[in-house]
Amino acid sequence: MSRLASGGRIDRTRTIRFSFNGNQYRGYEGDTLASALLANDVRVVANSVTYGRPRGVFSAGIEEPNALVHVGNDTMLRATQVELVDGLEAIGLNGRGRLSSEPDTSRFDKVYAHCEVLVIGGGRAGITAALDASQTGDRVMLVDEQAELGGRLLGAGWNDWLDTSLDALHAQPNVRLLNRATAFGHYDQNLVLIAQRLPSGGRLWQVRAKRVVLATGAHERPVIFANNDRPGIMLAGAARTYVNRYGVAPGKRAVIFTNNDSTDLVASDLKRVGISVEAIVDVRAGEAVVGTIPSPVRGGGQGGGVRAVLVARLIGNGARREVECDLLCVSGGFNPTLHLFSQAQGRLRYDEALACFVPDAASPNVEVVGAAAGDLAGRGQGAIMPYWVVPSDGRDWSTHFVDLERDVTVADVRRALGTGMRSVEHVKRFTTIGTGSDQGKTAGINESAIIATQLGQPVAAVGVTTFRPPYVPVSFGLMAGRNRGDLFEPIRLTAMHPWHVAHGAVFENVGQWKRPWYFPRHDEDMEAAVLRECRAAREGVAVMDASTLGKIDIQGPDAVEFLNRMYTNAFDTLKVGSCRYGLMCTVDGMVFDDGVVMHLGTDHWLATTTTGGAAAVLDWMEEWLQTEWTDLRVRLTSVTDHWADVAVVGPRSRDVVRGLFPKLPLDPESFPFVAIRESQTAGIPVRLHRITFSGELAYELWTPSWYGLALWEAVMAAGEPLGITPYGTEAMHVLRAEKGYIICGQETDGTVTPQDLGMSWIVSKKKAFIGQRSHRRFDTARPDRKHLVGLLPVDGDQLLPEGTQLVLEGDGGIPSKIVGHVTSSYRSAMLGRTFALAMLQSGRERLGRTIYAPLNGHVVAATVTEPIFYDKENIRRDS
Amino acid sequence: MLVPCPWCGDREEIEFKYGGSADVTYPREPESADDTEWARFVFFRPNPKGKMTERWVHTAGCRRWFTLIRDTVTHGIVPT
Repeated sequence: MSRLASGGRIDRTRTIRFSFNGNQYRGYEGDTLASALLANDVRVVANSVTYGRPRGVFSAGIEEPNALVHVGNDTMLRATQVELVDGLEAIGLNGRGRLSSEPDTSRFDKVYAHCEVLVIGGGRAGITAALDASQTGDRVMLVDEQAELGGRLLGAGWNDWLDTSLDALHAQPNVRLLNRATAFGHYDQNLVLIAQRLPSGGRLWQVRAKRVVLATGAHERPVIFANNDRPGIMLAGAARTYVNRYGVAPGKRAVIFTNNDSTDLVASDLKRVGISVEAIVDVRAGEAVVGTIPSPVRGGGQGGGVRAVLVARLIGNGARREVECDLLCVSGGFNPTLHLFSQAQGRLRYDEALACFVPDAASPNVEVVGAAAGDLAGRGQGAIMPYWVVPSDGRDWSTHFVDLERDVTVADVRRALGTGMRSVEHVKRFTTIGTGSDQGKTAGINESAIIATQLGQPVAAVGVTTFRPPYVPVSFGLMAGRNRGDLFEPIRLTAMHPWHVAHGAVFENVGQWKRPWYFPRHDEDMEAAVLRECRAAREGVAVMDASTLGKIDIQGPDAVEFLNRMYTNAFDTLKVGSCRYGLMCTVDGMVFDDGVVMHLGTDHWLATTTTGGAAAVLDWMEEWLQTEWTDLRVRLTSVTDHWADVAVVGPRSRDVVRGLFPKLPLDPESFPFVAIRESQTAGIPVRLHRITFSGELAYELWTPSWYGLALWEAVMAAGEPLGITPYGTEAMHVLRAEKGYIICGQETDGTVTPQDLGMSWIVSKKKAFIGQRSHRRFDTARPDRKHLVGLLPVDGDQLLPEGTQLVLEGDGGIPSKIVGHVTSSYRSAMLGRTFALAMLQSGRERLGRTIYAPLNGHVVAATVTEPIFYDKENIRRDS
Repeated sequence: MLVPCPWCGDREEIEFKYGGSADVTYPREPESADDTEWARFVFFRPNPKGKMTERWVHTAGCRRWFTLIRDTVTHGIVPT
C-alpha cells in the first residue's frame, strides 16, 4: 500500500470497495480511480493504442493521456476523473476503446441559463473573480470540472482559504455554483456549453452570459525524452497533488526532472511525506534525463514501470549515470489552458519569457484571469529555461513520445517534416498528434516546439493548431438529452389518428406527421393490403385521411396577382367556388412544389401544398411578399392544422356523399370537377371539393379539425353498405402513379423543370411567374434533358427498386452510360403487373424502346412508355 | 450566434432562417435580361471575408424578414 498515514482531502472513515481488471481493491471517499490505484500500487493502468506499451497514471486531472479505463457503458474515461464509488468496476483500456452495444440507460437533461457573469474554473482566480462579480448583485455562475471547487489549491494545502472563500460564495444568493461541470464549447456572443456529470447521467447546460471570465488555469507539460512513457513517469505537479490531496505516495524513490522553479515545491512536499528524492535533474544545470530503464515484467504483465533513469550532461562527453527510482516527476513548464479562449476567437501570442502561449486579444466580453492569463506565479514556475526535447542517442526517436494517447513520437514528427510539411496543422493531421480523446492537452504545444526546433524557427512562427470544441469528449446521450425515441422530434397527428390506430393502420413518417401507410386485414402483408386498397378505390369506394396536406390561407385585394406570380399557371380566370391545380418553380426554373388552389371568396384563397413542403412554401411566399413585392396587399396564414380532410374516392363515392348530404345536388352538371360546395351533415360543417389525386371520381370533404373524427366516422358509416375501404399513403402513391401524377420530391429533386415532366400545359405564356426566364436558358431548354416517362418491365412480375439507374445497353457491360433513374415503382392491381415512373434522358424520343436496369448482377429490360397508365381520357375523373 | 430581430430583440440563431445576400436585386424585367445577366442573378452570390449585408427571417418568431450586416469573420452583427 502506498497510502500515507495521514493527510489529504479523502474521508478515511468511508472505505470504498472497487474492482480493477477483475481484482478487488479498497479506497476512500474522495479518491479518484487513479489515486486509489496508486494507493494500491497498481502502476500499469492501460496499454497504449498502437504499440500496446504499458502506461500508468501520468497526471491528476482532465489532461490525462494514459490512464484510460472502461466503466459500464463508458468506454474511454480518464481514471484521473472517475470518482471512486462503491462497487465501481473498471477495466483498463487495452488499445482501442470499444463501443458498447447496449442502449445507454443514463438520464440526460438540458438546462438553459442566462447570467451576467459566467466564471469558468473554480481555482483561486475563478473563486476570486466570482466573489468580486457577486458584489454587484449580478447573476453569477461559477462552473468547475472537478468534484469539488478549488482547482490547483486542492493539491496545494490551501484548505483554510478555500473554506472561507467557498463559505462566502455560498452565502451569495445571486451566485450559482456548478461542480463536476466541464465547459467544453465557447461560441459566438458568449454561448457556453457545459457538461455536468451526475450519478445517473448528466446535464447539458447552455449558458448565455453577458461576460465570461476564463479562469481555466494551466496544464503542466512534460519534457520529451527516450522511453518517456513508462509507468512511474508523471507530471511533477500531479505527484504533488497525489501526496497533498489524496494522501498517496505515487512512489518511494523519486527523481525530479525539470526546467523551472515549480518543482521546488514538489521536492519539499515529497520529502515531507517520506518519499526519498534521489536526484533533481535540472536542464538549467546542464543535465537531463536521457532515458529510462524498466523493471522486469513479472508473471501477469505487471511491470515495465520505471526502475531507474539515465542522466547525462547535455554538453560534454555524454557520460551517463544511472539513478534508481520508481517515480520520475517531470516538468517542462506550464501551458495556460486557452482552449475556450481560442474557440471564442481570442488571439494568442507566444511569450518567450514564460515559454508558453498566452492571451493576446480577447473577444468582446471575454476576460482571462489567473494562470490562464499567463500568471504562472501560483504554479511556481518562476525562472524557466525553455526546453522541449532531450536529444536522442543513435538517432532513434521512436520512443520519444510526444502524444501519449495517440502513441506519436518525435520520429513521426520528423517523418512529417521530411515529407515537406511545414504547417503545424498538416503535421497534426499526418501524425494525429492532439486528435485523441484528450485533445493533446499535454502534447499540443510540444508539437509546435518540436517543429520549431527541427526547422530552426521560433515557436511563435510555428504557432498552435486551431482549438475546436469540444474541450472534452461529450457523449451523444448528453447532446440528445430527452430527445430520444418518441421525444426525438415533435409528432403531428391528425384528428382521425385514434381511428387509424384502432383499425390497425401501419404508419409511416411523412415529415413530422404519422400517416397511415396501409390498413392490413387479418394477416395480410403490405403487398396484398395495398392491392386490395387500390382495387377498392378503382372499383368501389375508398377513403383516405388527407389532413396532412399543407394549407395556406391567402387574403387581400392583390391575392390573385400574387398567385399569378407564384405559380406557373394563371388564376385570374378561376371563379369563386372553384379550385385549380397549381405548380410553382424556384427562380432557376426548377419545380418546387405543387398543390390545389381554392378560390373561396372575394380576395380570399386557400392553397394546399405537399405534406412535407408546407413550411418551405409558406416561407417562400413570405420572402417574396416581404422582400420583393412589398406593394402587394396580401396576408398569409398557415391553416394546415385547422382543417381535417377526408378524401372519398372511387366510382361509388358519389353514393356515399349523397348519403351524407341528401339535399346537395351531386350530378356532374350541378357539382362538376373542380367545384367547391358548402354544406353540413349531422351538424358537421363541411366544405366539399371535387378534386382527385387518384384519377377517380372523388370528393375531398374538409371540416374544422375538431369535427375531423366525427366526419370520418360519418363517412365510414355511410359507406359501410358499399364496403368503403380505408387506404393509406402507399395505395395513394400507386393510384396517382398509374395516372402519371407527380409527387414533388419523388419525381423531382430540384433539377427538374415542368417541361421535363411533360407539363408544359401548366406553364403560362401570357403572364410572368417566378422561374419563367430560366426556362429559356440554354441548359434548361436543351432537348436532351431527362424527361418523365413510364416504364413497363418486360417481365410484369419484376419490380424495379426506386432509385435504380438506367442504361441503354442490355449486355451488362461496364462502364455503361447512365441515362436515367427510376423515381416511382409499384405493383398495379388494375394493370395486373408492375410499372414505374422514371426520369430518362431524351425520354420522350425513346417511347416504345427498351431500356435496361442493371440489378445485382443481372439486367432487367423495360419498355419506355408515356407516363400515364390508366384512363388517359380522364373519363373516370370527370364522371 | 445571437441575431437581433428588429421586432423581437436578440434571439438564438436557431429561431431564424438565413436568406443570403441582401444585395441581389430581382431584375425588374426578367424577360428582357440576357442570359448572362439572368445567370448572374440566379447563380452568383457575394462571399466576402468581412462585412456582408444579408437577409434573415425570424421563422420561429414573428416571421418577418429583415436586413443586417454581419462580419463573416467575427460574427459581429450590426442591425441596419
